[in-house]
Amino acid sequence: MNIIVAVDDEVRHEARPSAVEAGPATKRIVVGYGFWIFLLSDIVMFAAIFAAYAVLIHATAGGPGGLQLFNQRSVAIETGCLLASSYTCGLMSLAISSRRYAVTYLAALITFVLGAAFLALEVREFAGMIAVGAGPQRSAFLSAFFMLVGCHGLHVTAGLVWLAVMMAQVAIKGFRATVERRLLCFSLFWHALDIVWVWLFTVVYLMGVLS
Amino acid sequence: MTLLGKLDWSAIPFDQPIIMGTVGGVVLAIVSVLSWVTLKGYVPYLWREWLTSVDHKRIGIMYIILALIMLLRGFADAIMMRAQQAVAAGGAQGYLPPEHFDQIFSAHGTIMIFFMAMPFVIGMMNFVVPLQLGVRDMAFPTLNSVALGLTASGILLTNISLGVGEFAKTGWVAYPPLSELQFSPGVGVDYYLWALQISGVGTLMTGINFVATILKTRAPGMSYMRMPVFCWTSLAANLLIVAAFPVLTATLSMLLLDRYLGFHFFTIDGQGNAMMYVNLFWVWGHPEVYILVLPAFGIFSEVVSTFSGKPLFGYRSMVAATMAICVLSFIVWLHHFFTMGASANVNGFFGVMTMIIAVPTGVKVFNWLFTMYGGRIRFTVPILWSIGFMVTFVIGGMTGVLMAVPPADFQLHNSVFLIAHFHNVIIGGTVFGLMAGYNYWFPKAFGFQLDERWGRASFWCWLIGFYIAFMPLYALGLMGMTRRMQHYDVASWQPWLVVAAVGVVVILAGIVSQVIQLVVSIRDREQLRVTADPWNGRTLEWAAASPPPAWNFGELPQVTDVDGFWKKKQRERTQQAQPTKERKFEPIEMPKNSATGIITAFFAVITGFALIWHIWWMAGVGAIGIFLTVLGFAFRNEEEIKVPAEQIARFEQANRAEIAV
Repeated sequence: MNIIVAVDDEVRHEARPSAVEAGPATKRIVVGYGFWIFLLSDIVMFAAIFAAYAVLIHATAGGPGGLQLFNQRSVAIETGCLLASSYTCGLMSLAISSRRYAVTYLAALITFVLGAAFLALEVREFAGMIAVGAGPQRSAFLSAFFMLVGCHGLHVTAGLVWLAVMMAQVAIKGFRATVERRLLCFSLFWHALDIVWVWLFTVVYLMGVLS
Repeated sequence: MTLLGKLDWSAIPFDQPIIMGTVGGVVLAIVSVLSWVTLKGYVPYLWREWLTSVDHKRIGIMYIILALIMLLRGFADAIMMRAQQAVAAGGAQGYLPPEHFDQIFSAHGTIMIFFMAMPFVIGMMNFVVPLQLGVRDMAFPTLNSVALGLTASGILLTNISLGVGEFAKTGWVAYPPLSELQFSPGVGVDYYLWALQISGVGTLMTGINFVATILKTRAPGMSYMRMPVFCWTSLAANLLIVAAFPVLTATLSMLLLDRYLGFHFFTIDGQGNAMMYVNLFWVWGHPEVYILVLPAFGIFSEVVSTFSGKPLFGYRSMVAATMAICVLSFIVWLHHFFTMGASANVNGFFGVMTMIIAVPTGVKVFNWLFTMYGGRIRFTVPILWSIGFMVTFVIGGMTGVLMAVPPADFQLHNSVFLIAHFHNVIIGGTVFGLMAGYNYWFPKAFGFQLDERWGRASFWCWLIGFYIAFMPLYALGLMGMTRRMQHYDVASWQPWLVVAAVGVVVILAGIVSQVIQLVVSIRDREQLRVTADPWNGRTLEWAAASPPPAWNFGELPQVTDVDGFWKKKQRERTQQAQPTKERKFEPIEMPKNSATGIITAFFAVITGFALIWHIWWMAGVGAIGIFLTVLGFAFRNEEEIKVPAEQIARFEQANRAEIAV
C-alpha cells in the first residue's frame, strides 16, 4: 500500500519533463528513500554475520551442533508469529492511509503481541540451550549462532519499542505528515526483519537440521 | 571499587613523564580555550550558531576543525616514532619503552584514518555537495548534526585514553588473537573498539544522508550527467560507506563479544578463526581506502578544470572510472594478506583484480593531464597541490601494482616498503587533495582568501618533506626492515632512518606554515576579502555569496549544462546590459536548530567510557540518556522555521553587486 502511494507520487513527477531534472523530491520520497538505504546497510551487516556463521558452522569444538539443538516446532511457531505480524503491520498501514484510529491501534496491538510472542519463544530457546551447556561460550559455532539470531532478536526488540513510541505519537500528535512518514519507515523496517528471518530460518534452522 | 568498575587511580600513568607532560599541556590548552570563550561571552553564540546548528556548511566546517586538530595529534605521534627509530639502533633502546611505542603507532594509524582523514573528507563533502547541487541543505539535517556529534565522541574517547588508562598496542587493525582478552587484558583495545563503533555509527548516518541528498535533492534541471564530478565522487564514496561500514560494525561487534562475554569468534580456543577477522576487516578496509581517495579525486577534478580554464577532459569517462572503482574496490580485499595461505588461484584472482583497478585510476590521471594540456593554467596553491598529487600518486600507484603480484608481496608483506606505499597514496592522494580543497573552498566558506605565500611554502615543505621521509622506507623495506619496530640491530638501516626523520621535520615545517597561513590570513582578512566567485569557477557553489547565507540560494538555480555556472556567465557576457528585472522572493522553510546532536554525543561519550571501564550502571544511564534525547526530538512540535521573503530580498540586494558577473 505504502509502495503504491510512493509510486503515485513519482508518477506525478513524471508529468514534468523528466523526473531526474524535476528538482528536489518531496519529503516523503526523500525520507522513504533514505530509510531504504539504511535498510540496505542493515542487510549488509546481517550479510557479514551470516558469512561468519557459514565459516564457523562446523567449528563446534566437540560440542553440540544444530541437529542436536534446534527444536523445529518452536521455530515454526516463531516463524508463524513473525509472518502474521507482518500481515497485521500491513493492515495497520491500510488503516493509517484511511485515517482510522481504532483500527490502527488494534492492528498495532496485534503486531506488538505477535512480535513479543516471537521474542519470548526466542528467549526460551536461548535459555534452554544455555541450561544444557550450549551457550555462546561453548564453541565458535554457538558464538556465531547466538550473535546471528540474537542480532535479529535485538532488531525485533527495537521494532517493538519503536511501535510503542509511534502509537504514542499517533495518540498525541494525530496523523500528521511527520508521524505518517515515520510509520511508513516502521513498516518498511518490520517487513525487512521478516526478510532477514526467512533467510535465517533457511540457513540456520533448515540447513542446520539437514546437515 | 565496583562502583567504578575497573577504574581507579592506577589508570593514570603518573610515572610516565612524557605522557603526563602531554596530558598536562592538552588539559591546560583546553581549559584556557574554554575559559577564554566563557570570559568573552561567546558561549551563547557558539551554542546557538554552531553547536546546535544543522546547517550543512557549519557542520562541514566543524568537521574540518576536528580533522585539523587530529592532524596535529596524529603528526605528533609520527614525529615521535621517527625520532625513536632514528636513534634506537644496535644496542640502543631509544627514549620510548616498547609498550609506549606500540600505543603510539596504533594511535597514529587509528587517528589518521578515522579521525583525521575521514572527518576532513566528510567535512569537505558537507560544505560543498549541497552547494554544488544547488540546494539548501542535506536530506536529513539533524541526522547530520548527530553524525558529527558521534564522530566527535569517538575522537574524544580516543584522546581520553592518553591520560586515563592506555590505548591499544595492537596496531590500528587490531588483529586477533593479539587483540583478544587473553593477550591484551588492558582497556586499550576496548578504547579502540568503542571509539570506532560510536564514530562508525556516525559515519554510516553520513553515508545514508549523502546518498539520499545526491540522488533525491538536486536543483531543477540537474540530471546525473550535469552533476559536478565532486558530487559524483562523493556519491561513490558514500555508497561505499553504506556498503562497507556495516561490515566493520559487525566485525568489531564480534571482537567485543569475544572480549566482554567470552564468545569464540576469533579466539584460539573454542575453534575460533582469527583469519576470519582479517578477511572481514579488509572487506571494509579496502573500500575505506577509496572512501578516502575518491572525494580527493573529485577535488582535483574541480581544481584542475577551474585553474586550467577548461571543461574537464572526458567528463563521462571520469564518471565511469569513478563508478568502476566503486564496484571493483569490493573484490580486492585479499591483497592485504596474500600470505594468509589461500590457494594460488585465489591469490591470483585478487592480484589480477588489484591490477585491474589501476586502469580506471589511470584513466583519471590522463583526464587531468589532458584537461591541463592547452589550458591557461593559473598556478595558485590548489593547483600546486594537484600537480604534486599527480606525480606523487602515480609513484604510489606503481608500488601498489608491484605489490599486487603475490610472489613479490610475499617478500614485501609487513615490511616498511608497504608503509612507504600506503603513505605514498594516502598522503599523496587524500591529504594533498584535502589541502587543495581547503585552499580552494576557504574563500567560499569565510569570504576571504588564504594567504598565497604561506600556502606555497607549506606545499613545498610538504612535498619535499614527504619524499625525504618516505623514499628511504622503500629502500629499507627492500633491505628487509619490518614495520612497527621499537628498536633494531642492523646498523646499516640507521642512516636511512635518520634521513626519514629529517623528512618528517621538513613536513613539520609545512604544517607550521599552514598554521601561520591561517593566522596571517585571519589577520589580513580585509585585504584578502573576495566576492562570490574569486577563482572564476564553473560550478554552482560559486553562484552563492561568500560566505553563503543559511539558505544558500535565494531561489533555486535552474541547471541547463554540466559546468552550468560557467555557461551562464558566458551567456550573460554576450547579451550584456540587460536591465536586471526585479525578482520576487518566496519565504524559505529551513530546518530548525536542534541540540539533539550534541546531547546525543554527550551521552555517547558517557556510555562509551562506562563500557570501556565496565561501569555498568553508568553505561545504562548513558544509553537511557540517548534514548530520551531521540524521543525528545521525535516529539518536538516545530521542525522548521520560515525565513521571511523580505530578509532574503534584503540579503540578495546587498549582494547583488557581488553576484553580478
